[in-house]
Parts: sequence; structure tokens; C-alpha cells
Amino acid sequence: MKFTEEHEWLKIDGDLVVVGITTHAAEQLGDVVFVELPELETQVTKGDEASVIESVKAASDILSPLDGEIVEVNDALTDNPGLVNEDPQGDAWFFKLKIADMAALDEYMSEDEYNEFIA
Amino acid sequence: MTDLKRTCLFDLHVELGAKIVPFAGYEMPVQYPMGVMGEHTHTRTKAGLFDVSHMGQVILRGPDAAAQLETLVPVNIQGLAEGRQRYALFTNDAGGILDDLMVANRGDHLFVVVNAACKDADIAHMQARLTGVEPITDRALIALQGPEAETALARLVPGVTDMRFMDVATLDWDGMELWISRSGYTGEDGFEISVPNADAHRLCRALLDMEEVMPIGLGARDSLRLEAGLCLYGHDITTDTTPVEGNLSWAIQKIRRTDGARAGGFPGADRILSELTDGPSRLRVGLLPQTRAPMREGTPLFASTDSDTQIGAITSGGFGPTLGAPVSMGYVPAELAETGTELWGEVRGKRMAVTVTPLPFRPSTYRK
Repeated sequence: MKFTEEHEWLKIDGDLVVVGITTHAAEQLGDVVFVELPELETQVTKGDEASVIESVKAASDILSPLDGEIVEVNDALTDNPGLVNEDPQGDAWFFKLKIADMAALDEYMSEDEYNEFIA
Repeated sequence: MTDLKRTCLFDLHVELGAKIVPFAGYEMPVQYPMGVMGEHTHTRTKAGLFDVSHMGQVILRGPDAAAQLETLVPVNIQGLAEGRQRYALFTNDAGGILDDLMVANRGDHLFVVVNAACKDADIAHMQARLTGVEPITDRALIALQGPEAETALARLVPGVTDMRFMDVATLDWDGMELWISRSGYTGEDGFEISVPNADAHRLCRALLDMEEVMPIGLGARDSLRLEAGLCLYGHDITTDTTPVEGNLSWAIQKIRRTDGARAGGFPGADRILSELTDGPSRLRVGLLPQTRAPMREGTPLFASTDSDTQIGAITSGGFGPTLGAPVSMGYVPAELAETGTELWGEVRGKRMAVTVTPLPFRPSTYRK
């Protein structure tokens, strides 16, 4: 698993990259009440807004960490946004990206580096 | 950052693990480890303890105190019976709202509670126009709210069971003099308790030791008052909104209206009285978003999906944990204020349906 400074995690799943938010991010957000997922087959550029997440406190954007195409979204989050608090680094993934080159993940942090980043 | 003040309960908040944020010039607890959603639900089902000591407490003394205060508010203060409390509004000459407040008749004086963010201005406003204005700085203010608030407080102060909604009384516990009102800002039954600073920590600890009582932060205070359809000053009501536009006409008793025995005589009376007769051009309404996306403060409102003309805006909004859905309030033209009217709020560039809905969203459970 790789981690971004925007508190997202990235996991390689075959030829796809699964994206979610970290446990730390979920704790900071508080109770999540709404998730807006991207449209399937959207071409995203790194840094594009790819999802919106609203907690009881505020709305925040989830940016695409990579260039690629949205090929799968986690509809379970639409019906049960609270899943983000229950299992942020597991069942509560947001979307899966098809990317050109897995080497693009290299720039991101390892788990140890991320834990140091948030410490 | 400017110097933030602390209430006398600050150390208790820290001991309880609160997350502290700046609010109205104070360092206040926004949530405790339970979290906003849990705290909200706890208050609706058991009893929540709030520190509201940042609010302003003021005594108005003198035989003419009620008549004098009536020159600043469109409310029947002279008719307020001893031992009773009433909601009021300071208005300005243009009919706008300077602040909302509670006024209690405590026998030989009036006791006024005003919003934290406005208290310096309110006190200056009163001192410039009234006599016998005594700001209180040696008392904390706490609120105990929820269906089990009475049970909890009655263990310490049995006399509270005799009080009904908006009653006020002076009652003692363990040598401390408590000024108690049966009121609050959550839509729940409950109490607001003015307690000497020196005793506040001990009283809160005694309440928090009870199984049904948990500390509640500003986050849940906001979602509770929003579900109850209550206004947040500076957002839902401001100097740009009149009491009539703010859907607070119920707070203006007949005696202060046109043809009443003490009609007018408060700032902005011309505009407010004519709006009462002719109707306002816009009105604060409840707005229920029809999707799951919360519509927060500032969301522009439109009459259709493709209209370019903004007709109003959300003034507060968020997620209502008890309703399990987003809830908002905002201003719309009077002709679009009818219950059931469908409007459109623009969230992140998309128009989403929102329906005009009666307030409160959740029926209040006051003990009347």
C-alpha cells in the first residue's frame, strides 16, 4: 500500500489501483454522512477532484492521485457513508483507476513514511 | 491569532478529552471523544451537558427595568410574570436583528442571556440606553438537555420537577445558589443553570458522574438546534433580516403590534409592524434536501433547474443525525415559502431538489 500527503491510500489490485482515505483522515473528518463518487469511465488527471466526502463538520474533496480512468466505484459508500469511519482502509475504498504505468505509484510514501508524516 | 478567552470550565473540557476550537472569541469544546453524531443522539435519548458560559449573562435592575427593556425589543416584557422566561430580539432602527436573547423575570430584577459573539455590543447597547445594567462575570452557564435531564438534575435539585417549560427558579445544591430555567436550544426538554464560577466544576462533575449524562460539544449543539428549527444568530438572523422575515413573528406579542396597548416603541417598529400587517417579501423556511448531499450555509437557491436568477440562499445546513438526512434553513421569496414548494440548491455546480418544510424538522419535546 502507498500513501499520499492528501491522506489517501493506494493499493495495486491486478492492473488497477484502488484508492481510499486513511484511518487518520477518517478520524480527522469525524462521522461521514455523504459520499459522492465519480462517474464510471471518467478520465481523470492527477489532482482532479474525484470524489466528495462530507462529514458532520464539513465537505472535503478527494483528489485523484494519478492520471487514469475510473473503472469501478464503491456504491456501498453511497448507501452507507458511515463505512468510511468503520473500515477506511478496507471495505470503504472509493474508486479503482486504470493507469498507464504502475511506476507512477513510486513517488508516494510507504506506510512507515506515512506514519512518520502524520506523527 | 487574537487572544482567546476560556470559560471557567476549560480545564474540565481538556480533562474530558475535548477537541478545542476557537468560537466567538473563546476556546470551546467542539466535540468530546464520543463524536458529534454520538453526542447528538445521546442528547436526544438521554441527557447532554453543555458549557455555554461564553454567553453573556446580564441583570437589569430597577422598577422600570421591564418598561425600559421594551424600548429595545418588540416583546411584551412588562407582562412577563415573575418566575417566567421569554425569547426576545434586539432590533435596530432599520428593523434588523442585533441579537436574540432570553429574558427572565426573577422578581426584583430581569435576567438576560445573550449570544457570546454579540455580548460586548449588546451590553454597550443596553448601557447606552437603559439604567441598572449589571453584566455578570462571576457565574458560569451550563445546559442539561434531553429526555433524562429532569431525572438527572432532580437527584441534586428535587425542586426542578415542579418547573415547566420557560419557568425560572432559584434553587440550592450543596451550598451553591443556582439560577435555573427550564429551557435550552436543542428542541429537548432540559435546563439552563447559572452557577457561581467557583462551583461550576463541582456541579458539572456531579452531573457527569451520573450514568445518563455525557458532555456535549458545539458540533452537536449546532445539529441539535438545526433539527429543532432554531436560529443561529449571525447566520439565520442578522442585522439584514427582520423578525418577520426570520419567521419569528410569534415572538412579538399582540400588545406590541399595531392597535396593541403598547404598540411600537422599539427600534425599527415602522418596518416590523408594517411587515406584520402586509407580510414580508421573504421568509426563513425549513428546507429538506431531496438527495443525501447536505446543503450548507451559502448554497444558492433557484426556482428551477435552469433559471439564472438566484431567489434565495441557505443560511444554515448540515446533516441531521436524528432525521438521518440532511436539513437546512434559508430565505426564500414569500410566494415560494409555502410548504411543499420544490426549489433547487446548487451544490458543487449541480442543481439538487430541496423542499420547503415546516419547522421544526423534529417535534420539540418541551414539558409545557
